[in-house]
Amino acid sequence: MTAFWVLAPIMVLAALGILFVRKAVHAALLLAVVMISLAILYAVLEAPFLFAVQIIVYTGAILMLFLFVLMLVGVDASDSLVETIRGQRALAWLTGLVFAVVLLVGLTQITFGTAVGLDGEGGANEGGNVQALANLLFSRYVFAFEVTSALLITAAVGAMVLAHRERLSPKAGQAAIAAQRVRDFTEKGTHLGPLPPPGVYARHNAVDTPALLPDGSPAPASVSRVLAARGSVRAADTLADDIDDITAQLGQDVATKPETSGKAGATASSEEDQAATNGDHGVRGQGKGDHK
Amino acid sequence: MSLTPYIVLSAILFTIGSIGVLTRRNAIVVFMCVELMLNACNLAFVAFAHQHGNLDGQVAAFFVMVVAAAEVVIGLAIIMTIFRTRRSASVDDASLLKF
Repeated sequence: MTAFWVLAPIMVLAALGILFVRKAVHAALLLAVVMISLAILYAVLEAPFLFAVQIIVYTGAILMLFLFVLMLVGVDASDSLVETIRGQRALAWLTGLVFAVVLLVGLTQITFGTAVGLDGEGGANEGGNVQALANLLFSRYVFAFEVTSALLITAAVGAMVLAHRERLSPKAGQAAIAAQRVRDFTEKGTHLGPLPPPGVYARHNAVDTPALLPDGSPAPASVSRVLAARGSVRAADTLADDIDDITAQLGQDVATKPETSGKAGATASSEEDQAATNGDHGVRGQGKGDHK
Repeated sequence: MSLTPYIVLSAILFTIGSIGVLTRRNAIVVFMCVELMLNACNLAFVAFAHQHGNLDGQVAAFFVMVVAAAEVVIGLAIIMTIFRTRRSASVDDASLLKF
């Protein structure tokens, strides 16, 4: 009974949470809590087969299906607060509470006596719960079991029919896409090759930094349209300014050692790289001095 | 071990599920509440099987699970189809079905 008294409040709270949470994903997760707790209660009630089936079928398959559909429909599809029938919400709560009171008053007036139980000597689970269930399923309930298979096949076919969508235009293949590209190039002058990659700078090479065109302006085609629509594209000019700073810092080196300045300016490296190149310069200078 | 607490818990979960079906507007959450009601019934079945010492209740719970799986598959496919045409998963927006 300990498991019951631990799990029952959790289950009731999680179930109440389904009524009040705003996001459907949270409702699905709370339902998972209820279902796993139920599975443990099944194990307590000497139904190990249903314990496994509850976890595999309900929490494993059905809830994952719910989450998949939530992702397809859109996670933020939350409830509208507009009532189409006036007072429906309040009436629903009233009806539900009255129903609960009637049910609980009725149930608490019944006495059930001591439970027979399934495990133990001469119990129904003798020789294994799964074996005993299989004996029942394939003897007394065999017709219902066969009908179940028909139901499952109908459900699978029904889901395929409902999810199927007739294609109105033929799907564009690789050859068609290539031909369309060339046509766009001849008619509109669209660039024939692939899109330019994002910019690579001394401190940033993420996909949200646009590349620079030869005239110094950012290339709009080098970042994803989605990022541009979200407004999370970095300004390329501020990043490119670093290059000027670094060349200014390297100015002395540029003046004294003109033979390496071109390389240092072109790579526009970070501070560490800068230090490394400086050190490199020093070593090279020493070497030169020794040579002299 | 007494049966009453299990049946009371089952009744509470069933009531919460029915209130959810009546008050929530998101079709998927309504579906989850239907699942909650089915699970509450399953708990009652299993508890009674334990009380009476035979497995018929567990077989019934097993069949309920199978039917629930089939129902979820079809129901979610219908919700997807409605969402595709109406861009909404609210149960109120599908009211034009009657015309």
